[in-house]
Amino acid sequence: MTVSSLKQMLVMPSFEFLTGFKLAIKRLCKEPLGLLGLILVTLIVGSAILAPWIVPHDPIAIDVLNRLKGPSAEHWLGTDQLGRDIFSRVLMGSQVALKVAFSAISLALGFGLLLGLIAGFGPAWLDHIIVTLFDTVRSFPTIIFALAVVTLTGPSLTTIILVIVVTSIPIYGRVVRTQTQALSAQEFILAERALGASMPRILGVHMLPNVIGQLLILASMDVPIVITIEAGLSFLGLGIQPPTPSWGTILNDGYLFIRNTPWMIIAGGIPLILCTLGFTFLGESLRDIFDPKLRKDI
Amino acid sequence: MLNLLEARDVRVRFRSKSVIKSLIERDDDPFLDAVCGVSLNVKPGETFAIVGESGSGKTTLARAITGLVKAQEGSIRYLDKELIGLSSSQFRPLRRDIAMMFQDPIGSLSPRLTVESLITEPFKIHGVKVDDYAEEARRLLSMVGLPAHFASRYPFQLSGGQARRVGVARALALSPKLIVADEPTAGLDVSVQGEILNLLATLQSELGLSLLIITHNLSVVRHISDRMGIMYLGRFIEQGNTDDIFEQAKHPYTQALLSANHDPDPDAHSERIELQGEVPSLLQRPMGCEFHTRCPHAKDICRSQVPEMRYSTSGHQAQCHLIDAI
Amino acid sequence: MTELILDVHDLSIDYRTPRGKLKALRNINMQIPKGKIVGIVGESGCGKSTLIGAIINLLASNAEVTKGGVKLAEDELFNLSKKQMQALRGDRFSMVFQDPMTSLNPVVSIGNQMIDIQYRDKISKKEKAAKAAAMLDKVGIPDPESRLSQYPHEFSGGMLQRIAIAMALLVEPELLIADEPTTALDATLEVQIIYRLKELQASQGCSILFISHHLGVIAELCDEVVVMYSGEVVEKGSVRDIFHNPSHPYTQKLLQCDPAAIKQKTRDLPTILGSLPDLIEVPKGCIFAERCDSASANCHENKPKVSQLNDNHMASCHLLNEAGALYA
Ligand SMILES: Nc1ncnc2c1ncn2[C@@H]1O[C@H](COP(=O)(O)OP(=O)(O)OP(=O)(O)O)[C@@H](O)[C@H]1O
Ligand SMILES: Nc1ncnc2c1ncn2[C@@H]1O[C@H](COP(=O)(O)OP(=O)(O)O)[C@@H](O)[C@H]1O
Ligand code: SF4
Ligand code: SF4
Ligand SMILES: [Mg+2]
Ligand SMILES: [Mg+2]
Repeated sequence: MTVSSLKQMLVMPSFEFLTGFKLAIKRLCKEPLGLLGLILVTLIVGSAILAPWIVPHDPIAIDVLNRLKGPSAEHWLGTDQLGRDIFSRVLMGSQVALKVAFSAISLALGFGLLLGLIAGFGPAWLDHIIVTLFDTVRSFPTIIFALAVVTLTGPSLTTIILVIVVTSIPIYGRVVRTQTQALSAQEFILAERALGASMPRILGVHMLPNVIGQLLILASMDVPIVITIEAGLSFLGLGIQPPTPSWGTILNDGYLFIRNTPWMIIAGGIPLILCTLGFTFLGESLRDIFDPKLRKDI
Repeated sequence: MLNLLEARDVRVRFRSKSVIKSLIERDDDPFLDAVCGVSLNVKPGETFAIVGESGSGKTTLARAITGLVKAQEGSIRYLDKELIGLSSSQFRPLRRDIAMMFQDPIGSLSPRLTVESLITEPFKIHGVKVDDYAEEARRLLSMVGLPAHFASRYPFQLSGGQARRVGVARALALSPKLIVADEPTAGLDVSVQGEILNLLATLQSELGLSLLIITHNLSVVRHISDRMGIMYLGRFIEQGNTDDIFEQAKHPYTQALLSANHDPDPDAHSERIELQGEVPSLLQRPMGCEFHTRCPHAKDICRSQVPEMRYSTSGHQAQCHLIDAI
Repeated sequence: MTELILDVHDLSIDYRTPRGKLKALRNINMQIPKGKIVGIVGESGCGKSTLIGAIINLLASNAEVTKGGVKLAEDELFNLSKKQMQALRGDRFSMVFQDPMTSLNPVVSIGNQMIDIQYRDKISKKEKAAKAAAMLDKVGIPDPESRLSQYPHEFSGGMLQRIAIAMALLVEPELLIADEPTTALDATLEVQIIYRLKELQASQGCSILFISHHLGVIAELCDEVVVMYSGEVVEKGSVRDIFHNPSHPYTQKLLQCDPAAIKQKTRDLPTILGSLPDLIEVPKGCIFAERCDSASANCHENKPKVSQLNDNHMASCHLLNEAGALYA
């Protein structure tokens, strides 16, 4: 293979894909719910990235004199049982939440894509093995599985991420497998082969665009679920360890002191709800946008 | 003249049962022969037409010739090169010479690509330098009679006939020597069909292109092909010059086929040979002459003995007990 | 008045495109009398599939009905809810598409798909499977019982098309809509399918809307024919009117182009010069004027009116209006 043909192969698909991506963002802005989702997600991601610079207070600085205060100009969302600024903790907590969500989901998506393609394209026996593996993993409820692993290895961020990755790979893998199988029986894949297209080109230019849309939607809708799992584990004391702020630990503290003040629960819950709504709206509009047949403007 | 394409006794088998099922059922031959010993030649500049029942193996034969399914036996030579057994990377350079058009006009176009990307893809795949892809796309579009603004459409936005033209443009992009066309005019209205066939004819005379055309439309076969083969259950039961066959079809199946061709006249009462009886299956080939389950002339000998292939000097051949000589 | 099973009245449909609105159908009027087979012919891209999309209410998402409507017996289809429409599909009418793959699910076996489609019948699964096998047999699929467990990719294109036809017939519809259902079939099977369709019409009294480019098939199967050009109905009438007395210049050209009508072997087949007009800016005069040999200045300026040539034969052409009678 010549260098130029290799370049063609590698450059063209990503280029074609990028223009598609730009168009997708443009279209997204035209859908009211999609736009709302995009705004929410941008806000959440933006504040998570900028959290260390924009927090009004040190999120772990203890101030015993101002314990369990309600909202004030000084502390927008009040303070917790140790007098820490809840607003700052929520902001910093979003960093943990998104770190877990993004790393876990991108890993799961990557492995799911790979295994799904192998299962869908490869020999039948390999397909059987992979599908059986998927089924086995899926038969454990995520939380129970996580509890078991955390009990064995001790709580840590890495463990949580690993557990989530392992349990979500089958979700992505199955979708990719079904799609690849359906696609490879279609005539256009054969037509590409007849033109002499290489395997990477067929997978990259013709298969991937047909599965990626669905995957991104799944991933986007998975973000709030993963965050909830992280929050749940932290709430149970099995995830993020104090004093690091996480939405789960904030909820946990809020639960303990609910008789003293409702603010903590509300402060820990609202970002979770916004996050869920934002990513779900975004995901649903992405689905419509990535399928040219569902687009309304062409 | 030297043959451009020469196929000898080509056989393509598909597994008809899964490995596990055939083990359980102790079936030691879980295969079906979709193409079963077919031979044909295509000379440079010639048009060879394949007709036959649906499921008779025409597409499979075309795909074996273009290396998309593996032929288990026989030989397929393109010029002096044996195609059977080539790996896909060994086959790749030949794909510039042998283009294929597919049966399903819309389904054979990658759904997420625009028409422009689709028709310039052959250049990208084979690393052919093109200065301006948009310009090249316009040239090819005008060659197949589509306005330039179609370049930005997606396959699902095309009507069947428009998608077919895009398929032709793709096939022509690399100026091939042989086009294998699976039903190139199915789904086209008569005028566009005429245009596509005239286009192929022009290219044929200008570039010396050879065509291997699969079609159900006998009127088309009569006009455009030099020679033809009639397929039944994976074999050619009759083959010869198109004019000879239309003049004097020898095999009863060919005769039925020709008589079934509709005249565009509601009052035409053609003498139609109706085929009764069961359409046989590849899994259970009939004994003797494989056409005997539907043949209006079947005799006892047809049920037990395979008829021999008879040849004439002009290359007309047919396989039936009824004919002694051609 | 004969009872109508389908009445398309004054239907206009646009597709939204980046260049503007593409007026794919304009003021379409056509009827299907109960128990009749009506054929639609016309150049590819003239809007036949769009018309069918409108009838079954499955248009692309960028399509928009700007005028008119479709009546199935007494029901105005565009007034029905999505759910009511869904209930009609596959019960009162069923469809066979141009591309058999679009109506078959690639990852479900043929047998299961054929059983699923009978979900309205209150019979056992076994009986449904038997009915499915019998129908496959009727359309000429050998070994129907064992074929039921196979998946779509294991069949040839023509076999898939016959399976799609069998599925459409299984539900015993009032109206069967078939968009080029026989293009993938050989001539003997085409004949068989046509007989099957005629039988169905006779035994169930159903009506059929049939689209085909194969004029011989239209001539043989249909009672009435509608000729479309570029989003308009230019002529319609009984099958004999259309084939023996084509009155619109487009219909005449179309019939002349049929290779089956040309007895002398030729490699230079007749075609209609030019191409379909751009439907984003629809020409103001006769839609066929650009390609018509008899076009006059009047044709480029004014739309021809519909001339009634006999009870149900009509065509839209200035030549007919001027002569006030049949175009010779
Ligand atoms: N991948 C496959 N696995 C199993 N059987 C197959 C496969 N592909 C084709 N067949 C079978 O091989 C036979 C021939 O199929 P082929 O597609 O070549 O027919 P065809 O003559 O082109 O028919 P048509 O005109 O309807 O397209 C059919 O019985 C079909 O079911
Ligand atoms: N989704 C779509 N968006 C834009 N244009 C379309 C779409 N579908 C069809 N068209 C255009 O509408 C016209 C009629 O198409 P169609 O109904 O498919 O024709 P036919 O079935 O007669 O071949 C064609 O010009 C076609 O390109
Ligand atoms: S050999 Fe017998 S059954 Fe076969 S085609 Fe001839 S007459 Fe018919
Ligand atoms: S109205 Fe004029 S242009 Fe139109 S079909 Fe008649 S003669 Fe031709
Ligand atoms: Mg075929
Ligand atoms: Mg169509």
